[in-house]
Amino acid sequence: MNFRRLRAIMRKEILHIVRDPRSLASALLTPLIMLLIFGYALSLDVDRIPTIVYDLDHTPQSRELVREFQGSRYFQIVEETQSYGPVEKAMDARRALLAIVIPPMYSRHLLAGEESTVQLLLDGSDSNTAAIAQGYAEGVVQNYGARVRTDAQTMVAGKPPQMGVGIETRVWYNPDMLSRNYIVPGLIAVIMMIITGNLSSLTIAREWESGTMEQLLSTPVRPSELALGKLAAYFLVGLIDMVICLVMAVYVFDVPIKGSLVFLVISSCVFLFGSLASGILISATARTQLIAYQLGTLTTFLPGFLLSGFIYSISSMPRVIQAVSLIVPARYFINIIKAVFLKGTGIELLWLDFLLLCIYGAVMFFFTARKLREKVA
Amino acid sequence: MRQRLRAIIRKEFIQALRDSRMRGMLIFPPLIQLLVFGYAVNLDVDTARIAWMDQDRTPQSRELFADFANSGHFVIAAAPSNEKEMQGTLDRGQVDGVVRVLPGFGRDVARGRYASVQVLLDGTNSNTASIVSGFASQTAARYSQSVMSDEQRVRLVGGTTSNGGPLSLPVPRLTEQTRVWFNPELKSRNYFIPGVVVNIITLVTLSLTAMAIVREKEIGTMEQLMVTPIRPLELILGKTLPFVLVGYWDLILVVGTSLLVFHVPFNGSFALLLFAALVFLLTTLGAGLFLSTISRTQQQAMMATTLIFQPFFMLSGFSFPIRNMPQVVQWLTLANPVRYFMEIVRGVFLQGAGISTLWPQLVTLAVFGVVILGLSVRRFNKQLE
Repeated sequence: MNFRRLRAIMRKEILHIVRDPRSLASALLTPLIMLLIFGYALSLDVDRIPTIVYDLDHTPQSRELVREFQGSRYFQIVEETQSYGPVEKAMDARRALLAIVIPPMYSRHLLAGEESTVQLLLDGSDSNTAAIAQGYAEGVVQNYGARVRTDAQTMVAGKPPQMGVGIETRVWYNPDMLSRNYIVPGLIAVIMMIITGNLSSLTIAREWESGTMEQLLSTPVRPSELALGKLAAYFLVGLIDMVICLVMAVYVFDVPIKGSLVFLVISSCVFLFGSLASGILISATARTQLIAYQLGTLTTFLPGFLLSGFIYSISSMPRVIQAVSLIVPARYFINIIKAVFLKGTGIELLWLDFLLLCIYGAVMFFFTARKLREKVA
Repeated sequence: MRQRLRAIIRKEFIQALRDSRMRGMLIFPPLIQLLVFGYAVNLDVDTARIAWMDQDRTPQSRELFADFANSGHFVIAAAPSNEKEMQGTLDRGQVDGVVRVLPGFGRDVARGRYASVQVLLDGTNSNTASIVSGFASQTAARYSQSVMSDEQRVRLVGGTTSNGGPLSLPVPRLTEQTRVWFNPELKSRNYFIPGVVVNIITLVTLSLTAMAIVREKEIGTMEQLMVTPIRPLELILGKTLPFVLVGYWDLILVVGTSLLVFHVPFNGSFALLLFAALVFLLTTLGAGLFLSTISRTQQQAMMATTLIFQPFFMLSGFSFPIRNMPQVVQWLTLANPVRYFMEIVRGVFLQGAGISTLWPQLVTLAVFGVVILGLSVRRFNKQLE
C-alpha cells in the first residue's frame, strides 16, 4: 500500500463527488428529509381508535359502559347507530376499526345478577393495531365488569370484599413509551445503510461502463489502494450524513443519548466503513450500473429495514431468517445505537456487536480488494 | 409508425434480456423481497421473555408464578436473585420485562388486602412493551379473580341460607365476546404481503424506467436514437411499454407466490387488481420518465429515485398506519399515489372489496396517472428538442 497513490485516488474521487453537485446535494439532503418526515410521521402508538357504538339496550347501564369508552384516550367514538347496517358500512369503509355492540337484554341481565355479554367487532386487517385495540377494549369491559361485580357483592355482603391483586407497571429506558424514541435511532441506521449503498454501489460499475476502468488499471494503482481510496472519499460524505442524523435526533427529536457519544461515533465509523466496502464490492461484481443499483437496493434497503431489528423484532422471525440476519451489519449497529441512546450501556455489554461490526468491515474490504484483483488479472 | 414502434420495443427487450444478470433481476429481487418481507415482517408478539424475581417465596407467589408460566404468553428466561442481576437481564436485552414479587405479597393476599406485583418493562421497543404489559395485566387479573372468588366464598360462609345450604348469591358478570373481521387470525403477514406487492411494483417500474433512459444519455446512444426517424412519442412508448410488461410480470409472479407460499387470503377480483395496476403504472412510469429528465447520470437517477421512493413508501400506510401520523402529514399522504394503490390492493386481498367500494381510489389514481404522465411526457419532449 502506497500512501501517495492512495491519496491520489482519494483526491480523484472527491473531485468526482464535488463536480456532481446534484448527487452530492441528494446525498446530504436525503438523510435530512427522511429523518424529518419519518421521525415525525412514523408511529406505532395506538390511540384514538375510531369506534362505532351500536346500543340495542338504551338504558342508563349501557350508557355507563359507553361512557367508559368515551373517557379512555384510546378510543374515539365516531358514530352511534340504531341499526346494524351502518356498522358494517363503517367497518368496510374503514371509518371505524372497532364496533361495540350492546345486546338488548344487557342491563336486565346485569341487574338480575346474571351474565351479560358485550360484543366487540374488530377490523383485523392491520393485525398489530387490532391486537393492541383488542387488549384495550377488553380491558375497559373487564374493569367495568369488575366494578359492577364488587358493587353488587358489597351490597349483598354488607362490607367491601377482597381487594384483589393488581400490577404496578414501570417502564424502563423509555418511560413515556414513545415509539419515536426507538424509531429515530433505528432510522439513523437504516438511512445510513441506504445512503452508503447509494453512494458506493455505482462507483466501480460507472468506471467500467464509461471505460475509465481500463485506464485506472493501466496505472500502478493496486486494487486495495483503489478500493481504500474510493472508500475514504465516500466515508467523508457518510460521516457528514451521520453527524446530520445524530444532531437531528438529539436536537430536533429530543431523543436523549444516555450512553457514551465517543463509543457511538466510533461504532458509527466502523459501520460506515463496512457498508461502504460492501457497496464497492457490489459495484465491482455488477459491472453495469443498472444491475449494481438493483443489487444495491436488494442488499441495503431491504435488510436494513427488515432484518436489522429496526421495528420488526428478530426473535419472532423464523429460524432461517434469523440466521440470515446474522450477516446484516445493520443488526449489530442498531443494537449498539439503540442501547447507547436509550439504555446508556457501553462497550462492556456491547463488545460483541462492536467486534462483529469490525469483522464485517474487514471481511468486506478483503473481498472487495480480491474482486478488483480478479478483474485486473 | 407501428413499424418504428415495434423496432424500438424490440430493441428495448433485447437490451433488457440479453444480459443474463439482467434477466435474473426480473425474477430474483422480487422473489427475495417477497420471501424476506413475508417471513420477516411480523409485529405479532406471541410470547414474551420475562425474568421472574420472587422476593416473597410464599405459596401465593408460587401460585402466581404458575399462572404466568402456564398462560402461554410468557417464557421465563431468567430468575435473578438480586437487583443487579435483574438490571443486567434488562440491560443486555435478555428479557422483555421483569416481574418482581416484593416481600409481603403472600401475606397481603392471605389477609385480603390489596397486593401488588411490580412489572418492569423494557420500553426500548414501545410496541412490544405495550403488548407485554397487556399480557401481564390479563394474567394478574385472572389470578386476582381466582383469589377473590376463593376469598368471597370463605367470607360468605358465615351467612348460610335458611335451609342450611351454602349461600349462593347472584353475582352479575360482564363478559366480552370479540370477533375479528377480515383477518380473523390476526396474522400480520396477511396485512403486509399485499403491501409488498405494491412496494415491488413501484420500485421496479420506477427505477428501471428512469435508469434505462438515463443510461442511453450517459453512454451517448440517445443522440443516435434521435437521428433516426423515430418520433418522440414513439420513443417514449417504446421505452415505457416494456416496463408495463415487466410490472405485470412481477405482479403475477409476486401474487402467485404469495398465494402459493404464504396462503394469503385473496377475497376479491383478480381482474380488478390487474386493472388497478395498469392505472397505477401510469403514475410510476410517468414518475420514472420525469426522473430521467432531471438526471444526467445513472448515479443521479438512482439518488433521485431513492429520494422520492422512500417517502412515498413510508407514507403509504405500508407499515406505519396513516391514522397515527400528525394531521399535517396525513394531509400530505393524500398526495401520495402509492397510498391509494395500497388501499386498493389490501382491499382486494383482505376485504374482497369491489369497484363499488374502491372507485374513489381508482379515480384518484387515474387522475394522478394522467397528470404525472402527461407532464413528464411534455418535459421529455421539450428536452429532446
